[in-house]
Amino acid sequence: MSSNTIQADYPQFHRCEVDFTTRTEYVEGMEALKAAHQVLKEWTFTPSLPERGYTNRTLYLNVGTLEIRERPVTQQMKDVFTGGRGFGLWHLWNAVTPKTRWNDPENEIIIMPGPVSGITQYPGSGKSLVVSLSPQTEIPIDSNVGGYFGPLLKFSGYDGLEIQGKSDQELIVFIDGQKGLLRVETAPAEPVDSHVLAEILTHMYAEDEKDRVNISVVSAGSAAEHSLIGMLNFSWYDKRRGCIRLKQAGRGGIGTVFRDKKIKALVIRGPEVKGDLNHPKDFETIARTGIKLHKELRSNDPVQCLMRRNGTAHIVEIMDAYDLLPVHNYQYGSHPETHKIASYIWDQRCTQRTADGCWYGCSMACAKGADGVELRTGPYKGHRVTVDGPEYENAAGLGSNCGVFDAEYLLELNFYCDTYGICTITYATICAFVMECYQRGILDKERTGGLDLTWGNAVDDLEMMHQMARGEGFGKIAGLGVKRMKELFIRNGWGDPDLINDIGMENKGLEYSQYMSKESLAQQGGYALTNKGPQHDEAWLIFMDMVNKQLPTFEDKAEALYYFPLFRTWFGLYGWCKLPWNDVAPSDNAKTSEPAKIPEHVQNYLDIAGAMRGVKLTSEDMLNESARVYNFQRIFNIRMGKGLRVHDHAPYRSIGPVTREEYESRIERYEKELREQAGIDPAGLTLEEKMAATRKYRTDRYEKLVNTVYARRGWTLDGVPTQARVKELGLDVFPELVEIVKAYGG
Amino acid sequence: MNMIQVNGDPLAWSAGMTVRDVLTLRRFTFPMLVITVDGDLVDRKDYDTAPVPDGADVQVLHLMSGG
Repeated sequence: MSSNTIQADYPQFHRCEVDFTTRTEYVEGMEALKAAHQVLKEWTFTPSLPERGYTNRTLYLNVGTLEIRERPVTQQMKDVFTGGRGFGLWHLWNAVTPKTRWNDPENEIIIMPGPVSGITQYPGSGKSLVVSLSPQTEIPIDSNVGGYFGPLLKFSGYDGLEIQGKSDQELIVFIDGQKGLLRVETAPAEPVDSHVLAEILTHMYAEDEKDRVNISVVSAGSAAEHSLIGMLNFSWYDKRRGCIRLKQAGRGGIGTVFRDKKIKALVIRGPEVKGDLNHPKDFETIARTGIKLHKELRSNDPVQCLMRRNGTAHIVEIMDAYDLLPVHNYQYGSHPETHKIASYIWDQRCTQRTADGCWYGCSMACAKGADGVELRTGPYKGHRVTVDGPEYENAAGLGSNCGVFDAEYLLELNFYCDTYGICTITYATICAFVMECYQRGILDKERTGGLDLTWGNAVDDLEMMHQMARGEGFGKIAGLGVKRMKELFIRNGWGDPDLINDIGMENKGLEYSQYMSKESLAQQGGYALTNKGPQHDEAWLIFMDMVNKQLPTFEDKAEALYYFPLFRTWFGLYGWCKLPWNDVAPSDNAKTSEPAKIPEHVQNYLDIAGAMRGVKLTSEDMLNESARVYNFQRIFNIRMGKGLRVHDHAPYRSIGPVTREEYESRIERYEKELREQAGIDPAGLTLEEKMAATRKYRTDRYEKLVNTVYARRGWTLDGVPTQARVKELGLDVFPELVEIVKAYGG
Repeated sequence: MNMIQVNGDPLAWSAGMTVRDVLTLRRFTFPMLVITVDGDLVDRKDYDTAPVPDGADVQVLHLMSGG
């Protein structure tokens, strides 16, 4: 897609005037850094390309023992786990025991692009899934990420990379898929922050300027070393801008595991990317389906979501209008200053003269970037950088949820989260929590070491993050995450334990992402009834439930909480991005029987997956492929001592109004609910009595939803998959799974 | 009657009301909508002119963008 085409499609917008080619450079002194490397191990392999989406081998590396070997991808792996997240979970299952903790050498970081990952014909087909035992939840976490590393790994010859062990020296792992060479090198001198490190290593390992597009770097950052919320950046070289760009495997603290293993970076040099490297069985179907979506994006995106201009940030003001934007730690759903961080601000602030796909061929191109951002704080103060984002989650989380309605500060917060290697969603929810604690006197300046965490104080918000990166002060405490902070604050006697537990927005140890769920029962389940913790990539049902009222009964909600998590799991098995599924829709989608599912796009995915593998796939096949992995992951959680009903408990802030002011802000809604649904006349009740009645009604309703969802999923009332369901899915080929569910009454 | 139902909730009706009026009154700004009036699909290009009669049952289905 040429930049001229993008401009022509959106004539109503004016261009960003920032020079997008000027930024601070970090490659000076690169030769000295390289000279300090010592090769610890060199290993050769035969590069190969996939056939029908699979290379049929994965790469294992132990950074402690320096053992390197190939492992076969068996037919059973393909039949049961399909690929991507499924393969990752299977490898992790075999690597750990119920006693393994996140920082044990046995824990792994597994990067798995799925069988379609790397095709260039269909938008959003470059995703990798990263799996590890999470430092935050102590169960498996899966995080999907764009950038070039996964597809280039596949085109070098491997369906995935499995890293185990712990090093006692700082390492870089270099995989040269052109030469068939893997090198483990010490890297004592490189900085760890991602925007610097990825740029240096891209230049260091590319053979010439043209080769830079074949390099991708996986890295974390200095805050990942001192917190539990570390994330991984996956780079790609943006040749139009002449700089590296970053996409994030954010959730669950995988960057913390990465730095705990003393890995500074993984670097891949893949072959030159061409259009048919996955070698599908039926290339024509994939090409034809892709052309159809490219045309649809070009004609419909300008009148639908404007993803190609604003990315997911297009919904900031929409969420506000529907009273769903998280404001002040999810207390409220809208704010008078939202217009300062709305999509039209980002439209002007992000560079629009360049295509922004995080993998080749993605004409949705939503990986927006703000160029020429001059930093005002921290170790890079005065530097001029390109910020990847903000996406919706960053604008809403770092912005409205913390009361920061300043676009330039939001970009700086976004930038530092990325380069320090911490998850923006997680950091945002942490910051919102501590700001509310500050508001309510649970924290004060003495307890925060002088930080003034008043809503909207972006300067001290940034200072907290810089402290996290330095491993000092209150920032280090914040880096423990909401769950552990709640325990600490209660232990210290800093506030009412019930209030602290109610307002701390975490489930299973993972922080909520940035949608306000309290007025949508289905979304409450969509968050808390997940395998990995409350991330919106399983089931985003707010509109269906709260606005459309399409899910009036518990059974309707349970059906949605059956279908959508499985559908979304499927993206992670194959290596797809979710966004082209439903951030653009065919012109005649409204005439279909189930427009919410975008049936034409679902069929596109079935056609492409089938064409890749040489099989005919139906919707039922899709759900079964996902259900095998989804239930396997649930049983994995149980094996690790979690995964039961008690772990699906939701904090009350996600279910209803915790405080008087929250209740009063929507008093009409709550009193109507009491009258019409709970059968309680609020007249004559005190505010406290009305709040208690609302709480009881809503909590009971949540528990009833849990019962209904578990039944639909084939689980017991304690959340354990039944033996019958395990057998139905064919998972009984693994006797250990049967033994686990049996032991827990399944 | 002077009342319509929008996604099951009542909304005051006024003479000459169009689909666009309903969207404005309910602050339905989301760009990907599927709208029916008494079961009949309304094309996006007709939102400004499509009439909403008194007593109508209007369904405004929001697709699941974002998330």
